[in-house]
Amino acid sequence: MANMSPKKLEMPVQDPTVRNGNFEEVALGYTLEMAQEEASRCLNCKNSPCVSGCPVNVNIPGFITEIQKGDFEKAYEVIHESSSLPAVCGRVCPQETQCEAKCVRGIKTESVGIGRLERFVADYHMTNSKEEVKVPEANGHKVAIVGAGPAGLTCAGDLAKKGYKVTVFEALHLAGGVLVYGIPEFRLPKAIVQKEIDTLKAMGVEVLTNMVIGKVISIDELFEDGFEAIFVGSGAGLPNFMNIPGENLKGVYSANEFLTRVNLMKAYKEGSDTPIHNSKSVAVFGGGNVAMDAARCAKRLGAENVYIVYRRGEEEMPARREEVEHAKEEGIIFKNLTNPVQILGEAGWVTGVECVEMELGEPDESGRRSPIVKEGSNFVLDIDCAIMAIGTSPNPLIISTTKGLETNRRGCIITEEETGLTTREGVYAGGDAVTGAATVILAMGAGKKAAAAMDEYIQSK
Amino acid sequence: MYKIVKKRVLNPTVVLMDIVAPAIAKKAEPGQFIILRVDEEGERIPLTIADFNRENGTVTIIFQIVGKTTQALSELEEGQFICDFVGPLGVASHVEGLKKVAVIGGGVGSAIAYPVAKKLHNLGAKVDVIVGFRNKDLLILEEEFKAASDRLFIMTDDGSYGEKGLVTAALEKLIKEGNEYDEVIAIGPLVMMKFVAQLTKQYGIKTVVSMNPIMIDGTGMCGGCRLTVGGKVKFACVDGPDFDGHEVDFDEAISRSSMYKDFEKHALEHHCNLMEVK
Repeated sequence: MANMSPKKLEMPVQDPTVRNGNFEEVALGYTLEMAQEEASRCLNCKNSPCVSGCPVNVNIPGFITEIQKGDFEKAYEVIHESSSLPAVCGRVCPQETQCEAKCVRGIKTESVGIGRLERFVADYHMTNSKEEVKVPEANGHKVAIVGAGPAGLTCAGDLAKKGYKVTVFEALHLAGGVLVYGIPEFRLPKAIVQKEIDTLKAMGVEVLTNMVIGKVISIDELFEDGFEAIFVGSGAGLPNFMNIPGENLKGVYSANEFLTRVNLMKAYKEGSDTPIHNSKSVAVFGGGNVAMDAARCAKRLGAENVYIVYRRGEEEMPARREEVEHAKEEGIIFKNLTNPVQILGEAGWVTGVECVEMELGEPDESGRRSPIVKEGSNFVLDIDCAIMAIGTSPNPLIISTTKGLETNRRGCIITEEETGLTTREGVYAGGDAVTGAATVILAMGAGKKAAAAMDEYIQSK
Repeated sequence: MYKIVKKRVLNPTVVLMDIVAPAIAKKAEPGQFIILRVDEEGERIPLTIADFNRENGTVTIIFQIVGKTTQALSELEEGQFICDFVGPLGVASHVEGLKKVAVIGGGVGSAIAYPVAKKLHNLGAKVDVIVGFRNKDLLILEEEFKAASDRLFIMTDDGSYGEKGLVTAALEKLIKEGNEYDEVIAIGPLVMMKFVAQLTKQYGIKTVVSMNPIMIDGTGMCGGCRLTVGGKVKFACVDGPDFDGHEVDFDEAISRSSMYKDFEKHALEHHCNLMEVK
């Protein structure tokens, strides 16, 4: 008989007043007993709608059944058939809009905590497994992956499993993409990302860092070097600015720069050579996950006042509910329906931001209520640091150096939806480079689809 | 890991190194730069490519010891390794079609002016080089510049070598003597480039400057290196580092370059103290 508890079993977390002073992981994860208790809430339904909600179609009832039985290694094997980065997905996927949104238990009560269970299984495997990673039998074909973010790593993992010799080219000095430079340590410990990458390497995937494709080697040269198909997963790393006065004052950061300094370069650690501006009052412009991450990092760096300045209401925020809640618990101040007009400064440094209040108008064609300025509502917020988290666009570096690769007017690479094939034979693309800034799991789904299509393309040649 | 195969101390604070990086050496062009990280705890710093040897697969960097990272780099010897070396980054200098050019280098910026002068010289352009240093002890690359220019003018602030005065004085003299330049290329401290640009604007001579803002990734993903050029925001790492000197907002660039001054001073002092204890 299934456990009919209407609620998901709570996962232990660090106390908000403690955690906002450190960079350690907020969510502590289930214990073995907790995982089995939560797993017993799964009804193991025949048509398993949860699987269709997962962009990489993990056999969810399959792995949960193994947790119920107590065979955690088997549970890991089931997940690993479909997902190359389970410890990452279990932590950062917005399950509430994906697998868990489709869970039958969720119709009347709370859905099964699928993400928490996936995370438990992946962590259990990392801590306890002594088994060597199986190296698949080589099939004699070579493929190249551009970008070691979630899309590229997933594509690499799937192709390596099929026996391809996979080489991943990464521009930064560490593989992981947004998983290492964007998402902070307190949401996704970097040691976990590294272990997932080590698993890929053990399967035979070669990861070459410090390789800026488009500069040091072009896509055409990769083909000349014998790569038979190429996957471009170069992301959307070009930061947008607001084009308001004062944006180039000292103390104004793009969220990408701020987060790269903090996460990749570890500027928060004593002993890191990379500096970061120590601020008292920080305004973060934007309402997505990146804005939440930047605000929570700023708090942990010691800022007394951290504001989220967002032009729409809380309902409209694109950030995950959980991240908004966590940010509030940690003392982040929300200034919703507020928009910056200009950044004020003195002697080259930020001293404040002039904002206006907004109200929401009628829904537009896309169904979103667009914000309208309340005339005469201008006010000044005293700050000494501003962070722009208003979105990113694809980096033009690869497109501008590759002939025959077409993009849309937003600079996104055009692909066939089902295969990820670009306008050039043998070149596939996926993730944010195609969609513009989206989620980790969508990038992984795209990497997976492209891997299948690349396999078919090479095998049928 | 990237091996240091040659190290030459050019003056008390300026060091030249040849680094083994065949893929970068194969593609590098004058005006481009690399980003390096000395060790695992290190920061990423940009350095312009001072020279390259495609056959040997080496890239030459010349740097001034100004802070902790350049100090640590200068302590490495031939045969040792640096952790990360990325490039070639940025857009190469446009030198094609130029007939008569004045190349101006200030201090360690001369090291960056050198490959541009060399390329122009090899392409058959008439190249006047003006380099400026605080004093004779800081002079670098004299022989190299002689070989890469038609005429070389050396300026020192204190007159201890060459002519006494600033590079702008030498340039103005040449212009007044009737030398007509297609372009002036100025590379050095921001203040020097600002004054060169102000001077040439009066005479309507196109002037290209090589900007050196604070950078992290060097691939266009953070905007830390942004500048205002002709009223528009540009990222020096991907749109530059070369820009039209008459369009650059130098005062903003000078202000932004001081963002981490206190931190840098602290980091260097800390590093030096550690060395004294040893």
